[in-house]
Amino acid sequence: MKKAILARKVGMTQIYDEEGRVVPVTVLKAGPCKVVQKKTPKNDGYQALQVGFEELKPRKVNRPLQGHFQKWGATPYRYLKEFKLEEAEQYQPGDEITADLFKAGEKVDINGVSRGKGFAGSIKRHGYSTGPKTHGSHYHRGSGSMGNMDASRVFKGRPLPGRMGGRSTTVLNLKVVEADGEKGLLLVKGSVPGPRGSVLEVREAAKVPQ
Amino acid sequence: MDLIQEVENRYIREDLPSFSSGDRVRVNVKVVEGGRERTQAFEGIVIRRRGGGMKETFTVRRVSYGIGIERTFPLHSPGIQSIKVIKRGAVRRSRLYFLRKLEGKKTRIKEKR
Repeated sequence: MKKAILARKVGMTQIYDEEGRVVPVTVLKAGPCKVVQKKTPKNDGYQALQVGFEELKPRKVNRPLQGHFQKWGATPYRYLKEFKLEEAEQYQPGDEITADLFKAGEKVDINGVSRGKGFAGSIKRHGYSTGPKTHGSHYHRGSGSMGNMDASRVFKGRPLPGRMGGRSTTVLNLKVVEADGEKGLLLVKGSVPGPRGSVLEVREAAKVPQ
Repeated sequence: MDLIQEVENRYIREDLPSFSSGDRVRVNVKVVEGGRERTQAFEGIVIRRRGGGMKETFTVRRVSYGIGIERTFPLHSPGIQSIKVIKRGAVRRSRLYFLRKLEGKKTRIKEKR
């Protein structure tokens, strides 16, 4: 990973490209993030940056965290996240990371917590097919077959109904349409996990298709 | 919301005249043909306006050579060069789908005065 930033999902809209085609975009409020702590192989056994997002009043932070921020000479932040950057050495605590990190046309991966869908059946959660709705069928949205009859049991790991959503999800290779560090604006093509207002991690794309 | 507004404001078009369902309009559309750009006019009755903000679209219906043609345009599309309102129609509903079943003289719409 070479670059990463924290962002908040603002919402979606559509814009037009140069050829007049509609482009669905997600508007993100990205950064500004500050480097709070630098983790080094010598001290911590690995290399990473701890980054803060969205400043807080000092009284809003509990004592242990206050101590942490003080130690590194940083103002308190609502969110702290560690990025294992290869170029972590080049950063110093106090450095600012803005949306200018990315350029229009670049590909990014975006990680966030998906919308919680509650207890969902196997049709919605795992894509099982439905039973017939009519023709006297009394079997509509049940799970259907649980495996072969020979086994006389259900194997471990069979996808069943349960809690769906509300877990960490990454969308790969979203195209950056626009980045403006001053406004903290980041426009990406396509949708992003989570409801409006959720906090996301925007990273340089790890697997760009050739 | 303000960030979204800011992005949208760059694309929202305020140069277009106000028009509504029932109006006869002429829409000048940019067409790219073999790397060359030209303008094509589409004239007809507005039978629907839907959506809001960036997403707003409108549908124009015209009958050419006996065949009804409906074209839906995104209102804020840069592909629309201009819109000219030819006649203001007096209609009592916002979706004029009933026009699809009518022919000839019956499709006339009273002019607003």
